[in-house]
Amino acid sequence: MNQSQKSPAMKTQLRPSTLAKQALPWVVPISLLIVWQWASSAGILPSRFLPSPRAVVTSFIELSASGELWMHVRVSTLRALAGFAVGGGLGLLLGLLTGSLHWAETLLDTTIQMIRNIPPLALIPLVILWFGIDESAKLFLVALGVFFPVYINTFHGIRSVDRGLLEMGRTYGLSGWPLYREIILPGALPSILVGVRFSLGLMWVILIVAETISARSGIGYMTMNAREFMQTDVMVVGILLYAILGKLADLLAKGLERYWLRWNPAYQAAR
Amino acid sequence: MSVTCSSREVAADDIRCSRGVSVAIKNVSIAFGERTVLEDFDVDISAGEFVAIVGRSGCGKSTLLRSVVGLETPRTGTIILGNVAEHSGKPDVRVMFQDSRLLPWRRILPNVMLGLEPALLPHARKVLAQVGLAERANDWPATLSGGQRQRVALARALVHDPNLLLLDEPLGSLDALTRIEMQQLIEDVWRSRGFTAMLVTHDVAEAISLADRVISIEGGRVALDEVVNIPRPRTRGSARFAALEERILGRVLQRRSVF
Repeated sequence: MNQSQKSPAMKTQLRPSTLAKQALPWVVPISLLIVWQWASSAGILPSRFLPSPRAVVTSFIELSASGELWMHVRVSTLRALAGFAVGGGLGLLLGLLTGSLHWAETLLDTTIQMIRNIPPLALIPLVILWFGIDESAKLFLVALGVFFPVYINTFHGIRSVDRGLLEMGRTYGLSGWPLYREIILPGALPSILVGVRFSLGLMWVILIVAETISARSGIGYMTMNAREFMQTDVMVVGILLYAILGKLADLLAKGLERYWLRWNPAYQAAR
Repeated sequence: MSVTCSSREVAADDIRCSRGVSVAIKNVSIAFGERTVLEDFDVDISAGEFVAIVGRSGCGKSTLLRSVVGLETPRTGTIILGNVAEHSGKPDVRVMFQDSRLLPWRRILPNVMLGLEPALLPHARKVLAQVGLAERANDWPATLSGGQRQRVALARALVHDPNLLLLDEPLGSLDALTRIEMQQLIEDVWRSRGFTAMLVTHDVAEAISLADRVISIEGGRVALDEVVNIPRPRTRGSARFAALEERILGRVLQRRSVF
């Protein structure tokens, strides 16, 4: 009797309100930030090791006021997007080709799978030799890196299109491009978007490395340059920028998924 | 062709004879590797006739249907679809599968419109209304129940005004009540439109309540070809219905001498 009265009350207590639910993910980062600021202010954390959050914010405001920050962000973003467009575009095209045509798979897939096993960053010495430390070197590295996730997931997506739907489409007189547009492409899209999302993450990782090794502008250059002058605050700003840009890219991919896959209940639930 | 139409008792709607197309299956053999599914299979279906094909799982009844629409190629033999009375073009054949096979990324109305010219949108709306789903036109297939999805699949087939409708266990996965409702709907559209229908089913009662003729396949051949002489609408409870069901079931299950 007593227990049965208790349990509904417990349930309402355990269910967090919407506000608490939204605040919950931020509890840990904000606490860390507070501890960090306290440690810096108390002198436990020397600024040449790690600047205080306040110094980072000040440095961020200064850099963005002078316009220097936005110049670097713009350069890096353009590099990332150009590399993504080239590599992702090629990956999509080749994935569609090998996924759709058996002779293309026989011809190309073995080669692509071999190249895939080489980490793009292992090519840096060779790439510098080929392209110098020019824009094209970074474009090449990013494009190469994002190519494979898009390629593999496109190929897989095309191959795993529901055979029943293909059969149905054929009995409804669809073939060639209409069959491709109505059934094959939309059927492969969830898998293609997984590849895109993966690539967008990889895109920043490769760009960071490429920019820190050889660049005259961009966030990576700004960070490395700051290292020479022991400007830890600028370095942290650069690192945080990468985190923010990476998150933005992920949000973009998620947005695409939510729009293009809105027919799929699995993508409707997460709002 | 009009001669064959009179063999059935419902002669009221003449449209049926003009819409439907005859199907002549001659000496058809189909094998998958070593396993022969159909062997020298012969069946003639008249224009506008509703034929049900029953048999155990794996007896080749679905394969037969798939070969009529060209999804399987017979090793030997021919399948000839008759000419359509009003136009000399290729007869229009549509299939309804066991699963609805709606495109999950198209809303309901665009699904019905599949392979249809955009100008026929009002027609598609009308057919969707006929199956009772006009108000779901803008929903995603994922939000519909199994029975509703099959109704959309039926609308998608009907919107082409087929000469021959192939039904590959279309009601197999529906609950008992929805099944009866769907059977009614299929019978109604068949009677009003007069296409030829071939229904593959496990359910002997379903075959008897819908078809003019029930064919059972056994060992790749016709084991039984029975005309259903029960006036429509048929009631399952009637003695004739029950007797026929018992006889066909007995044959399918290979029980000897039921009576």
